[in-house]
Amino acid sequence: MSTLAYAWRYLWARPMAALLNVLLLSLGLGSMTFLLLVSHHVELAFDRDLAGIDVVVGAKGSPMQLILSGVLHLDVPPGNVPLAAVNALKKNPLVAEIIPISLGDNLQGYRIVGTSPSYLIHYQATLAQGRVWDAPMQVVLGATVARTLGLHLGQKFAGSHGLGAGGHTHGDQAYTVVGVLAPHGGVIDRLVMTDSASVWKVHEDAHALDDEDRQALEDEREVTMALVRYTSPLAAVTFPRWVNTTTEMQAAAPALEVTRLLHMLGLGTEVLRAFAGLLLFTAGLSVFIALWNAVRERRGDLALLRMLGAPASRIGLLLTAEALWLALVSALCGLALGQAFVLGLGWVLGLESQLMATGLLWPHTLWVVPALAALVALGAAVLPVWQAYQSDVLQLLQTKE
Amino acid sequence: MIETRQLQFVYGAAPPLLFPDVTVPQGAVVLLSGPSGSGKSTWLALLAALVKPKHGALTVAGQDLRALSGRGADAWRARCIGFLPQKLYLSAALTVQHNLELAFWAAGLPGDTQRVRQVLAQLGVAELAQRLPSQLSGGQAQRVALARAVLMQPLLLLADEPTASLDDAAAQGAVQILVNAAQEYKATLVIATHDARVAQTVSACTAVVPILLHLSPAGSASALSMATGRLQA
Repeated sequence: MSTLAYAWRYLWARPMAALLNVLLLSLGLGSMTFLLLVSHHVELAFDRDLAGIDVVVGAKGSPMQLILSGVLHLDVPPGNVPLAAVNALKKNPLVAEIIPISLGDNLQGYRIVGTSPSYLIHYQATLAQGRVWDAPMQVVLGATVARTLGLHLGQKFAGSHGLGAGGHTHGDQAYTVVGVLAPHGGVIDRLVMTDSASVWKVHEDAHALDDEDRQALEDEREVTMALVRYTSPLAAVTFPRWVNTTTEMQAAAPALEVTRLLHMLGLGTEVLRAFAGLLLFTAGLSVFIALWNAVRERRGDLALLRMLGAPASRIGLLLTAEALWLALVSALCGLALGQAFVLGLGWVLGLESQLMATGLLWPHTLWVVPALAALVALGAAVLPVWQAYQSDVLQLLQTKE
Repeated sequence: MIETRQLQFVYGAAPPLLFPDVTVPQGAVVLLSGPSGSGKSTWLALLAALVKPKHGALTVAGQDLRALSGRGADAWRARCIGFLPQKLYLSAALTVQHNLELAFWAAGLPGDTQRVRQVLAQLGVAELAQRLPSQLSGGQAQRVALARAVLMQPLLLLADEPTASLDDAAAQGAVQILVNAAQEYKATLVIATHDARVAQTVSACTAVVPILLHLSPAGSASALSMATGRLQA
């Protein structure tokens, strides 16, 4: 048998101690895996949904609220802005593209977003069925919406007022499904997308009493916000300030706001990370005690190995291999545990395609887990190995029983 | 085979242990006796190159043991020394077979399953190969430990109090097995013992070299004197 095989046997010769150590190490490594995966998922989701949007222009209020409501679709918007003001932005040479976003209605909790087809192009969405709208009251469904509501091409439905399910229904205005998107992985999976004009039409028809009224409403058309792409990165210096000081709107940079958000979440993850570190430290201590006892209990066996001609280094290697076996088994268990936690969390919170991507992920940062396992095990093995090196073979062999 | 001249060993701050000059021929049986603390185990450790003498010359099978480096001593021990400790130290985690293969591992050699089976068969315990040490009787365990000691065909077989916990019949049997094994493998046998029954059993052997160690006059530490030089039985 090889050194590794002997180490494996010796490890499991004391199954209770070995199991306890695997359990403790796995819990620590599992928590670490969980934290790394969750932050990776969140960053991925943000990266995906924020990609290519340099700044968001909308009603004055909290800039983070603007980003959360208009880009990530997690919050309600701070208010509306006049369509004319948004259109005026197009004249600014720093602006390459403007995508309007109009919010206000929902379909069984899924937001109906009035926008332009550039919104679909921006997210590189592909159609699974049908086509993009070419007239008001035609909609394209995100993959999750189509699947969970069981809607297909040609079906009609009425939206409800508000952004959550349960508002009053605009019964007289039916939308028609003309397209269904392929699963994308980003926020658009959960959206119902239509032309901006649809949103106006629904509300103007609901509120206008006569033609004159209607004309007045048309003149006052609003959008909720506009996603802006710059012509040059230098625009980031001047454009937001220009919007904030010279218009009645505010400009919020997604990158800044998300960094701020992650920083706030970061305080929470720091605590969790410290907790995982504490678990790992405890596990390391337990491994240390187990190895220390193993060396004490097996002092005679180890001395006999010296007597059989094994150099002290080979015995040190045997003990180190035991510790590394523990690390390997625990790292595998910990990684499995962490992945299971993340999948479980996604399932419990129903976060499918929102913050948790489906399936298993292996971000590079996850290599920290096996590395930590090896580090803890080796750290715990140092003193016992040193003790084995120091043991007095002569004295041990004199031990009578 | 074994030659020592003015051998001395110092253990910590204690007065030095002085050993008698001996010359032991190849294939002889050495009976090493003396009271506790007189240096029996130390003498065995010196022969096994586990420790180095403070002074004096020590040659085993033509090898000057003082000249060996640490690694050299390990390799030499693996190749030339078979050791049967009083406490047998069979690893509880391993089967008999794997306990014996540990000797190959210790020597840095690939395990030779064939050889393990052969030695176990020669000692009449072939059927125990897959058992754990906890499933062995005292006598069986001792045979297994002896098998481990002779596995590498050592030139020198060292046995430390092999009869300490055995009744008369078992003691005689154990020593006989030891002597037979040494003869079979043409090894020089050194038995450290204070058991008179051992002397009786080995008296039939052709070359017996008794060495008697004494406590030093100082009492706690020990010195020696050589009782009888070489004896022909």
